[in-house]
Amino acid sequence: MLQLQNLGKSYKTGDDALKGVNLEIPDGQIVGLIGPSGAGKSTLIRCVNRLVEPTTGKVILNDVDVTTLSAGGLRKERRKMGMIFQEYALVDRLTIMENVLSGRLGYVGFWKSFLRKYPQSDVDEAFRLLERVGLDHMVDKRADELSGGQKQRVGIARALIQDPEVLLIDEPTASLDPKTSRQIMRLIAELCKERNLSTIVNIHDVALAQMYVERIVGLQLGEIVFDGPPEGLTPDVLTQIYGEEDWEATIDEVSDDIDDDINEDGIDSAKNTDKVAKDITEAVSAP
Amino acid sequence: MPVISKGELKVWQRRDRAKQLKIWAMWFVGVAIFMFCWKIISDATTWFFVFDAPRIAADIGGRAWPPRWEYLSELWKPMWDTINIATLGTLLAIIMGVPVAFLAANNTTPSRKFLRPFALLIIVSTRSINSLVWALLLVSIIGPGIFAGTLAIAIRSIGFVAKLLYEAIEEIDTTQVEAIQATGASKLQVIAYGIVPQIMPAFAGLSVFRWDINIRESTILGLVGAGGIGLYLQSSLNILAWPQVTVILIMILIAVLISEWVSSKVRLAII
Repeated sequence: MLQLQNLGKSYKTGDDALKGVNLEIPDGQIVGLIGPSGAGKSTLIRCVNRLVEPTTGKVILNDVDVTTLSAGGLRKERRKMGMIFQEYALVDRLTIMENVLSGRLGYVGFWKSFLRKYPQSDVDEAFRLLERVGLDHMVDKRADELSGGQKQRVGIARALIQDPEVLLIDEPTASLDPKTSRQIMRLIAELCKERNLSTIVNIHDVALAQMYVERIVGLQLGEIVFDGPPEGLTPDVLTQIYGEEDWEATIDEVSDDIDDDINEDGIDSAKNTDKVAKDITEAVSAP
Repeated sequence: MPVISKGELKVWQRRDRAKQLKIWAMWFVGVAIFMFCWKIISDATTWFFVFDAPRIAADIGGRAWPPRWEYLSELWKPMWDTINIATLGTLLAIIMGVPVAFLAANNTTPSRKFLRPFALLIIVSTRSINSLVWALLLVSIIGPGIFAGTLAIAIRSIGFVAKLLYEAIEEIDTTQVEAIQATGASKLQVIAYGIVPQIMPAFAGLSVFRWDINIRESTILGLVGAGGIGLYLQSSLNILAWPQVTVILIMILIAVLISEWVSSKVRLAII
């Protein structure tokens, strides 16, 4: 269970990015965080693992108050919080394997990590995760050789190898084509359910959010203005979050089976996508 | 504003008239100063020697040819010394310069108030003094020889290595660093995983570039007694042995060409 209590952040410039946010996310719940640019979505996510230092309030993860921890304590707590980034944030010049294993840095000493002597159990887990996200055939490729969708899968594997209790996901699909976006969101949603992870996903694509998350939180100017199920997103609510606009097209019912109709040759090479999609579905249903 | 309304028409020019005049005036003053300085230099020049220069040059050239190739057998050893001075000096500079770079970079320095200014001071002071001057100083401190030359090259290069490297550190992509931090990695691990891979190409490039420069600089260190082929250049000049000077210059030219070729190959291989 992740709790945010009265969480606030004021930047030095005087901007109040967050104004006393209260949020409670039970285990296994995936929350979509929507709101206009500058609403404080990224700040909120980064305040949870203190990449951004909150100015007021508390972040409580399973009875531990993250905001009061010392540097060492924070490092230990960060191991329980996997993070996935918009631009993937892989270390470009390292291999896929090194990128995935970097998720274990909090558990491994400096020299072992420097010499790449990870415990065999970590390597096993890395192979298993790469297989699950459909990339086990590119272990030794460098991260900058991958397509966007592949990079994001590596990012997901890196977050999951931490064996986290919480996933913090910042715009996971903003740089991806529509088909890959759905694949990634579906993968994230399924993994969260299976591993019982509390998850916050920042997302711009309202329709995509409605498809894969079970709860939507609308943020505007650092304050929560909506908190409810995806069906609760009426044009009125969207107007409240984003401002006046014709919202009918955005929230039209979207079905989840048009994958094969659109974008036959998306960012992933066409040859791979079907296999990968199949792999993912199989992998996720495996124990 | 460079936009002038002429009735309906909006005319756009790059600059308005006042600004254009100002720029013209600045050019005028600049050219006038240049002419004035030219006049001073011209008055202070003994033009007879200048007009005489081609004849003298031809004279020396005539005496310098043909090169005295037998002299080559004596040059292999000092040339090897010169290459060693450059290579060891560069290695020493890297060993000392890398920590300075991490202290100087805004995003990795442990203390912005004390250590960073200190690191910047090291960079500025080592860079601002020519390696020939360092060699002069070191020859009088630790005596003539290769060691003085190596140290001179090393000290002169610290600032170069540290400055270029700290600029590379400051330009890294911070989200990659954030991603490593978010895993619970320690500070050293963040440097090893988030920063080092990103600066590797810059590091390798500047190292071979500096080595290439140092080959050139170390060829003249002998002029002040700091070992290497420059020592032979000086003694040959002193006894007006022009054919030997020719051989030495040809040798330096070839060494520099080879070092340039090697460093460009290495740089291509890394990127």
